Amino acid sequence: MRLERRSPASASALLLAPLGAIVFTLLVASLLVWWAGAPVGQTFGLLVQGAFGSQFAWTETLTRAVPLMLTGLSATVAFKARLFNIGAEGQLYAGALAAVAVGGLHGGTGIAGPVWLLFPAMMLAAAAAGALLLLGPALMKQRMGVDEVVTTLLLNFIVLLLVSAMLDGPMKDPLAMGWPQSVALAGELELSRLIDGSRLHTGLLWALVLAGLVWVLFRYTVPGFDIRAVGANPRAAAFAGVPVTRTVVLVALLSGALAGLAGAIEVAGRASYLTLDMSPGYGYSGVVIAMLAGLHPLGVVAAAVFVAGVLVGADSMSRAIGVPTYLADVIVAVALLSVLVATLLAQYRIRRR
Amino acid sequence: MSELLDILVNPAFWIAVLRIATPLILGTLGVLWCERAGVLNLGIEGIMVAGAFAGWLAVYQGLSLWAGVGVAALVGGLFGLLHALLTVALALSQHVAGLGITLLATSLSYYGYRVAFPKVSTPPTITPFAPMEGLGIPVLADQTPLTLLAIALVPVSAWVLLRTPVGLAVRMVGENPQAAEGQGVSVAGVRTAAIVAGSALMGVAGSFLTLSAFNAFFFNMVNGRGWICVALVVFASWRPGKALLGALLFAFFDAMQLRLQQAGDSPVPYQVYLMLPYALSILALVLVARRAAYPQALMKPYRKGER
Amino acid sequence: MKPPVLRLSGITKRFGPLVANDGISLSLDEGEVLALLGENGAGKSTLVSILFGHYLADEGRIEVFGQPLPPGQPRAALAAGIGMVHQHFTLADNLSVLDNVLMGTEPLWQPFSRRREARVRLLAVAQRFGLPVAPDALVGSLSVGERQRVEILKALYRGARILILDEPTAVLTPQESEALFDTLSQMVAQGLSILFISHKLGEVLRVSHRVAVLRQGRLVAQAPAEGTTAAQLAQWMVGHAVQVPQRQPASGAGATVCELAGVSTPAGVRERLDQVSLVLRAGEIVAIAGVSGNGQVALAELLCGVRSASSGQVRFGGGPLPASPAWLVAHGVARIPEDRHAVGVVGDLPVWENAVSERLRTPAFSRGLWVRRGAARRHAQRVMEAFDVRGGGPLAPARSLSGGNMQKLILGRALLPPEPSGANQEEGVADPAARPAAGDAGSTGGVPSLIVAHQPTWGLDIGAVAYVQQQLIAARDAGAAVLLISDDLDEVMALGDRIAVMHLGQLTEARPAAAWTRESIGLAMAGSHAGMAEMSHAP
Repeated sequence: MRLERRSPASASALLLAPLGAIVFTLLVASLLVWWAGAPVGQTFGLLVQGAFGSQFAWTETLTRAVPLMLTGLSATVAFKARLFNIGAEGQLYAGALAAVAVGGLHGGTGIAGPVWLLFPAMMLAAAAAGALLLLGPALMKQRMGVDEVVTTLLLNFIVLLLVSAMLDGPMKDPLAMGWPQSVALAGELELSRLIDGSRLHTGLLWALVLAGLVWVLFRYTVPGFDIRAVGANPRAAAFAGVPVTRTVVLVALLSGALAGLAGAIEVAGRASYLTLDMSPGYGYSGVVIAMLAGLHPLGVVAAAVFVAGVLVGADSMSRAIGVPTYLADVIVAVALLSVLVATLLAQYRIRRR
Repeated sequence: MSELLDILVNPAFWIAVLRIATPLILGTLGVLWCERAGVLNLGIEGIMVAGAFAGWLAVYQGLSLWAGVGVAALVGGLFGLLHALLTVALALSQHVAGLGITLLATSLSYYGYRVAFPKVSTPPTITPFAPMEGLGIPVLADQTPLTLLAIALVPVSAWVLLRTPVGLAVRMVGENPQAAEGQGVSVAGVRTAAIVAGSALMGVAGSFLTLSAFNAFFFNMVNGRGWICVALVVFASWRPGKALLGALLFAFFDAMQLRLQQAGDSPVPYQVYLMLPYALSILALVLVARRAAYPQALMKPYRKGER
Repeated sequence: MKPPVLRLSGITKRFGPLVANDGISLSLDEGEVLALLGENGAGKSTLVSILFGHYLADEGRIEVFGQPLPPGQPRAALAAGIGMVHQHFTLADNLSVLDNVLMGTEPLWQPFSRRREARVRLLAVAQRFGLPVAPDALVGSLSVGERQRVEILKALYRGARILILDEPTAVLTPQESEALFDTLSQMVAQGLSILFISHKLGEVLRVSHRVAVLRQGRLVAQAPAEGTTAAQLAQWMVGHAVQVPQRQPASGAGATVCELAGVSTPAGVRERLDQVSLVLRAGEIVAIAGVSGNGQVALAELLCGVRSASSGQVRFGGGPLPASPAWLVAHGVARIPEDRHAVGVVGDLPVWENAVSERLRTPAFSRGLWVRRGAARRHAQRVMEAFDVRGGGPLAPARSLSGGNMQKLILGRALLPPEPSGANQEEGVADPAARPAAGDAGSTGGVPSLIVAHQPTWGLDIGAVAYVQQQLIAARDAGAAVLLISDDLDEVMALGDRIAVMHLGQLTEARPAAAWTRESIGLAMAGSHAGMAEMSHAP
């Protein structure tokens, strides 16, 4: 069996591919719902309702989509340069930790300073924390050929343990009655609500703006070209005069910063303090979202809303009808793999030899 | 210092070392077979979860312990088949396919567990493998048969890899697939077989956790062991003997940090001890990276005759 | 009359819209050497791959020793007695010679390999055909000629009676090629039949009994080698009379453009230079001959700005040459890399981005961080028109271009300077139509002063080869200094005003073309002392 490129690539096939993937995903999900003994149609209905069926629903979905957009952008920037950053989870927590360190009410009052100074400082600290965390593995890959998948993955565990230690010790909120959570952020440093009465915060605007900026970066700038060239063919890029190491460093800093910001925005927008269970795997989901979006920054927004909808809808559905929430993760996993396969089949034909 | 000696002298320590090493040995051998054939299998973390769950569930439903191990191997092999379909037949990115499979296997397992046991707070248990008292050898006698199996598989793997036609085919496919094809060996067939076999081993590695080390299935049970195996393979230069050594070394440090935590009240927070295994894995990777003799076709998809 | 050992009937193979083989019928007799001739892309490799089972033909039959051959399985071809020596050796560097030969010869279910017997048998076969090898040596440590021997032995060990050789002399010195031809005679004497693929006319006439010519997928001619001339073969290959690029003798070399003095590159990297000295002057072509792998890559990469020297001096335009592609491009160096797919273009990016990739950081195509997309696309359009690059247009991914068109794109990118932009008005190029004289080593807008061409015609069809060679000659006539590195001896002798030979990282003196003969170049390529006595000092 061999693969033969369809030339010219059929545009209709490329558009139908995601549709085919979605249909297949729904089929698999239906099987799982049936296995759980629940009525399939009603389950899906509840899921969609829980995701978008009311103001509460879609504000919840959008709220959940914010960190996913940011980790998705982080993965997109990295994967575009073929830097497989699977460490967004750790970078996210590092960013959250840094944000709380700068903006938290340590000793009751926190760092003294005006909001217009402290808020950017807090965000910068978060971005820097994430960026520096990824810089190590990136340089190890560039200089020593160490595969960054495993190093970034292992760092996640280390960072989470570090956060745990911090939450037990120096950053612990003395007012939280023994519960391991960090001191809260000063009230004026929190992100304001976009829609009163909901949890949706201005972090959404940050995410959308950043998505737009990344898109502009890739399409219109010289560094964007460098990133795409290095990701597609590092040798040819070097030959053309692209500064490869500098580009990899830039990518690492950018990708890590985006993940770090995701953490800061989650803290500042949702709970206002940091706990160990703040992220149900946003960092890893970011990788999935980036792949679903075909590494396109604007596609990341759509993919993030899709995944957030599935997660939120599944939560709501599970409360109502009892099908386990893990259905959401299965749906996302199957969607990812089937989109990959469908896109490939749209571009290649399978021939017998 | 004397604490250290106390720990080393206590046989319970060495028993723990072997117990911690067992899933690592099996998992690392699994990755080794895949990578020797030229394929990076990042599905290991998920496959270990699936193996842990499937094996345990089989025993819970009444099958014997060894049948449970067999089920775990079968489930692992099935996920391996999916991985082979994606990366060998369709030549998709091995990184993405592997991560997708980890996600799929993990979420399917958690979903299945919750469907089977919707309202339990304490995880239901089974009777795990018993230590092999009859063996008479200290430390080994306190291990379960799966540990012996894991250790025995090391020389078996080495021999198959280096001395049989199948092993030579696997090595060739990982070094130069065109050469294998030109000698009449089906690259797709050999790679698929290697991935399925390696994934079956990964499934068994997972089942050790639920059928031997513990007696129930917990969420987050595997906790990164799969990734550590991927690091250990590089450390082992893709050789079974060194893989055993790497796993034992890692288990030694892991057991040590557990005991040091318990030993004295040290000012160092316990999380630092827990970090050590992961930090060590990264260190091992860095130290070995320069001299790594990669199988030359590793991670390069083999697309026949693309024009 | 014995029946033919091999008969192909009506073989047709399509890859999408491309018909690679069109109704080809051919036969091979016992003890015969049949040469399969055709230019790049004519379908020779496809036909042979079908024969060996790598591909499945859409139509047609194959009979081996009178029996039909099950199609599409190398295993069946091997069992029928067909062996293939591939153009790019199919050997695993990290495994031993014995492992490479043994692989695939034993059934996979067998519990252990019979290595001792295999070793004995391998040595016996090696001796019988005069191809000595060390069974336990790692293939990665062998020379190119030795590797080819292993590749051949793989087939002979399996008892091949029909041997296919795909461009076997591409990587050999003239002397090694002779040794190969002797081996072929020995094989024929022992009853083997040989199918020999080549695009080198002289060789084909020398070695084969019969010649079959393919053109655009069809068999257009078959003739006995005796009585056929090279010109006739070339005509069959191309379908019309072939224009050989005419090179007028250089009108006297001009100023020194670039000079290497005692240059060495660090050890431990693939290929290196060892005390190389060379002078490149305006208005002349210096051609470097040599078997690939003797340091040409190091020399090319050095002058393309992707490798640094560890000792010695490299001077360009009066100052040292930095290892910076951007600097080189800005100072009028045109670079054509050896491997267009892997190094020349970024395949996934569109043609227009590749057309300006070298100059992106200049004011012509960027303003600070922003790419001047309009200007870039316009330049790409100019390049495609001026250099006849055909394909899907500027927006298509570069990998969709055929080999010849991709090479033309690379050539155009390197040779066509960007139009002076509005930002450069102070430069005062009064008449854009007038080509500024080359040799202004400092000019950013002019014609290149130095062209570094590494295997510029590799893998191209005759039409594209002629085009590229014509461009190089035209550049030389406009005053550029041209460094041509080529393993094609015919090309070296046709284009070089001065010729030097590379061997194991060392370069002979670059002597005028008239001072060399084919034999003396061949000797120098092999490193014989007679040739190497010309160790260059100051040229």
